[in-house]
Amino acid sequence: MTTTTAPAGLGYRHPWIRIVGLLGAPLAWLVVVYLGSLAALFVTAFWTVDDFTGQLVHTFTLANFREFFTNPAYLGTIARTLSIAICVTILCLILAMPVALFMARVASDRWRPLLVALVLTPLWASYLVKVYAWRAMLQPEHGVIAWLLQPLHWSGPGYGYVGIVITLTYLWLPYMILPVYAGLSRLPQSLLDASADLGAGNARTLRTVVVPLVWPSIVAGSVFTFSLSLGDYITAQIVGGKVTMLGNVVQTTYVNNLPFAAAVATVPVIIVLLYLAAVRRAGALDQL
Amino acid sequence: MHTKRLLTTAVAVSAAALLIAACGGSSSSSESSAAPGGAAFAGPVGKGEGQLNVLAWPGYAENGSTDPAVDWVTPFETKTGCKVNVKTFGTSDEAVKLMQGGGWDVVSASGDATLRLIYGDNVQPVNTDLVPSYADIFPDLKMQKFNSVNGVAYGIPHGRGANLVMWNTDKVTTPQDSWAATWDPASPYKGSVTAYDSPIFIADAALWLMATKPELGIKDPYALDQKQFDAAMELLTQQKALIGEYWSDYTKAVDAFKSGTTSIGTSWQVIQNLASADGGKVMAAKAKEGATGWSDTWMVAKDSPNINCAYQWLDWIASPEVNAQVAEWFGEAPSNSKACAMTSDKTFCDTYHAGDTAYWKDVYYWNTPTANCLDGRTDVKCVPYSDWVTAWSALRA
Repeated sequence: MTTTTAPAGLGYRHPWIRIVGLLGAPLAWLVVVYLGSLAALFVTAFWTVDDFTGQLVHTFTLANFREFFTNPAYLGTIARTLSIAICVTILCLILAMPVALFMARVASDRWRPLLVALVLTPLWASYLVKVYAWRAMLQPEHGVIAWLLQPLHWSGPGYGYVGIVITLTYLWLPYMILPVYAGLSRLPQSLLDASADLGAGNARTLRTVVVPLVWPSIVAGSVFTFSLSLGDYITAQIVGGKVTMLGNVVQTTYVNNLPFAAAVATVPVIIVLLYLAAVRRAGALDQL
Repeated sequence: MHTKRLLTTAVAVSAAALLIAACGGSSSSSESSAAPGGAAFAGPVGKGEGQLNVLAWPGYAENGSTDPAVDWVTPFETKTGCKVNVKTFGTSDEAVKLMQGGGWDVVSASGDATLRLIYGDNVQPVNTDLVPSYADIFPDLKMQKFNSVNGVAYGIPHGRGANLVMWNTDKVTTPQDSWAATWDPASPYKGSVTAYDSPIFIADAALWLMATKPELGIKDPYALDQKQFDAAMELLTQQKALIGEYWSDYTKAVDAFKSGTTSIGTSWQVIQNLASADGGKVMAAKAKEGATGWSDTWMVAKDSPNINCAYQWLDWIASPEVNAQVAEWFGEAPSNSKACAMTSDKTFCDTYHAGDTAYWKDVYYWNTPTANCLDGRTDVKCVPYSDWVTAWSALRA
């Protein structure tokens, strides 16, 4: 009996032991593995490599950043990657809003779990399988998309920028639907009723009541879709034709020139940090 | 307040940890890379050490786990008592990186990796007298620029292939025998041309310039001075307008050629075989301008602790029976002249032109470009491989 009560007593008398016991492991993970590797990446960006063997040379240099930021081709890649991430986020939002609204507000209690399960289903399939499925669908001549557009005498988007945006939107859509759905289900019915009582139509209620209240959820979803798109490179490789994203630059250079790849890799990190700062400034994270 | 202080501490701790890691790692970079050092194993090859760590291209060291019928590792283990651990790599760059990390005894290196390994002091010379199978290797594979330095052999040739011009016969109705349609700005196949997505493809542009712009004086597509290199990059930039997609994964190339997404472009024999086997209307030929290609070499790691097993492996993998099996499984020309009698498909060596010296005459095997020109010029500096990588990455960006 005494042996089992002793540790509890110890923790009770010294609260810091409880805190260390509780937070020690996750904090060690966060600091050493997570922040540590990020910091290692950042430090590597200031080194260089032996021209021939590709081995690291530990001398401080800004050459990697200079090379990256003075080459118009790379600046173009940053702009392209950003615009892809923004397009994907907007498309996800446009598609997720009605779906989430229907799931949270219209569907009966019986159907709701089924709909949530359906939204989650694609997440059970392998990323690669889904992207290769889109490669087949986007095939310029025999693909499903080209076939659907044929009666309209339009040609399909084929492999390229549009293909990447469509595929990434498909991949990340659940990450937008779920937070928005969660936000909408927490919305008190009384507010909607009050809005209707005061004479607001559906569109006005959506604009002035629903969207401001679920704004934090929308932002949470956009952080997922934006940052996931920003870092992706496999989709670009499979359905991108000759279009490349920032991740592809990292992929082509990391083996031979790790410092340069590290310099490139800091760019999306900085963009995401700026995005989070902007989001925080707008107050959208306060309720999360 | 508390959380803020905690965060500051966390950042400080991680920065300190990093500093320690950075300082600890800095000692390894000061190795000399001037001369390919070390002496070859003097022999004789004795009893194995009991294990062998093999770094190989996929399909080069099969132990039956891919296909139970495809297994030349298990018989080796039974015969020599050397337990084989295999790791495969996807690109030459990856192979070099893994070898630099150490822990491997032998590696199957392509010509664009071998010199980096030799000058990086990652491999040792090979005493070919201790490898009986070496005697039957095709003479035009021995002592090449990518597998020997100053008359010293650094490995055993394994097999070779040429990069071919391939086309989908639905899209391209006339048989092709030239790279013209893949480089000409007025190519009728604009938008559906393909190219290999690797810095080494710059050599393909140089090869085309060798044939079409003799005034540039390119003698070896892997030895380009700045002017020649710039011309090649200009050609590649121009070609980008013709490209539908680039490929680096050969299964993607099979799919693109078969479906007709790609009409014409650079390819390998194994891609044609796979596409045709699936009913794809695909043909391939060696271009009259010549071709780039690959020739792989089995090399031994610098301080391999399992040297006896390593030499037994070199002999085993180059022996006629095994060499025939590997070549047929992977789809390339075997390096052992006696392997052709051992293939299950008797026309195999003809299909792959194994012993056809004339066929390989204008095939330029992948090589690692170095600042000291590989073609022997001493009046100019050549563009080293690291600049090839940077230029390729900028081209693709």
